[in-house]
Amino acid sequence: MKLFGTISLTAVLMAAGFAAAAEIPRNERRSGYTFMAPDTQTIQDDDTANPGMLWVLDGESLWKRKAGAAGKSCSDCHSDANTSMKGVAARYPAFDKTLGRPVNLEQRINLCRARHQEASPIAYESRDLLALTAFVAEQSRGMAITLDTTVELQPFVAKGRDFFMKRQGQLNLGCTNCHDDNWDKHLAGSAVTQALPTGYPIYRLEWQSMGSLQRRLRNCITGIRAQNYDYGAPELVELELYLMSRAAGMPIETPGVRP
Amino acid sequence: MASALINVPKKAKRGDVIEIKTLMSHIMETGYRHTAAGQVVPRDIITSFTCRYNGEEIFRADLFPAIAANPFITFFTIATESGKFDFEWIGDNGFSEKASATISVE
Amino acid sequence: MRKSEGSTRRQFLGIAGTAAAIGTIPVVSLRPVAATPETMTAAIRNVIGSAAVRIGKVKLDVPPLVENGNTVPMTITVSSPNTAEDHVKSIHVFNEKNPQPNIGNFYLGPRAGRGQVSTRIRLADSQKITAIARMSDDSLWSATADVVVTLAACTEEVI
Repeated sequence: MKLFGTISLTAVLMAAGFAAAAEIPRNERRSGYTFMAPDTQTIQDDDTANPGMLWVLDGESLWKRKAGAAGKSCSDCHSDANTSMKGVAARYPAFDKTLGRPVNLEQRINLCRARHQEASPIAYESRDLLALTAFVAEQSRGMAITLDTTVELQPFVAKGRDFFMKRQGQLNLGCTNCHDDNWDKHLAGSAVTQALPTGYPIYRLEWQSMGSLQRRLRNCITGIRAQNYDYGAPELVELELYLMSRAAGMPIETPGVRP
Repeated sequence: MASALINVPKKAKRGDVIEIKTLMSHIMETGYRHTAAGQVVPRDIITSFTCRYNGEEIFRADLFPAIAANPFITFFTIATESGKFDFEWIGDNGFSEKASATISVE
Repeated sequence: MRKSEGSTRRQFLGIAGTAAAIGTIPVVSLRPVAATPETMTAAIRNVIGSAAVRIGKVKLDVPPLVENGNTVPMTITVSSPNTAEDHVKSIHVFNEKNPQPNIGNFYLGPRAGRGQVSTRIRLADSQKITAIARMSDDSLWSATADVVVTLAACTEEVI
């Protein structure tokens, strides 16, 4: 049934012609939250009912846990997260001068572990990394997404935008075909959103667990039957960077709940 | 590691009907899933949840695989006296977690 | 009776060989063999006996079209004076198409103050849910709700 829905949507998109996809005008942007049923919105709104908060609380403990050969915890350098981490998630992915490329929040945490804690990286999508990312991102809840406008970042934003726009995969679909041209329509019973990642990491009902933006992107890429990328791949980070720039000015909602 | 989120009002008037909300971290593996190799992923769920108010059971639930992951259960009770709520979750593979919250009733 | 028991067992064994959902463990996705209204009736009888069940007093709140079958918010409210003499003893919830007919049993009692319970459940397919409340005088009241469940788009499975 899902495949049928996908095929019929493709037919519609191809029949509609290859109209140049335009980005959504700023005043028409809506968070994925607004596409959810009221019952699901309630799950996100209530901190004591939001399963994502379980990961935020885990992250709070991990923040204080000493790690690595240096025997330091996050709090040893950054002390209280709700002061030091305020606004951080709202400007990620950010440019890392040493690497000469953008990194997302998960990679930043692992870079800190390597450079300052002399600890091994935490695996992508592991409970610990999701917990720390959720805890750090939650400190920016309510703050507007504001990416650096540094010149170095721009070529990467452009690469991310190109990825978003290009048709790929067996279904020959670009992200823009659904998320710019057909948002608020439905794909197999799910609302098509505007691809504005305001709540990551999210508790996705489909996963029954917390997951990162890259996990969601890999789902989408599987959905259009295109060649997928590994976690942490530069293409995925560039796409994250572009998506966050799409959402510039919108408030962070972490921990978000999404269907 | 935090396992449970409990929401109990800190204060209440005697006779008030208060709502208690609980959220417990648990995968609630149904026992109906299979790996790509064809093996059953064995069942691993919370089977029972109990709440005691100053030692007396005021609410109990039997849970089945149809309860969603990270079980969220809310219920009501009459605030009768100041004291402690004790929550207990028991499940497969010897799963046992406890939590508590206090309330002041005037 | 024996005939329905036999078919229940056959269906149960058939169901045990099928997967229900996708997760981070690589799993094979097959549409689950549906349990039937008969298994639900048998499960109800198991839990509450053969006493008569009347329709009423119970309000079953489920979204008619669920966002995702993995997590469906459900609230059951039973109207009752909620006194020591007249209250809700227990609430039992059943479904007809999940691999198993029971969803949960909730035991309230005279100290509840309100006959209301909320939780989140899993529904494998569009189906009917039944909630049965046992009152302090052992009378039984029920309500049903029809829920439409669709598959999520953009999952992790690769067909």
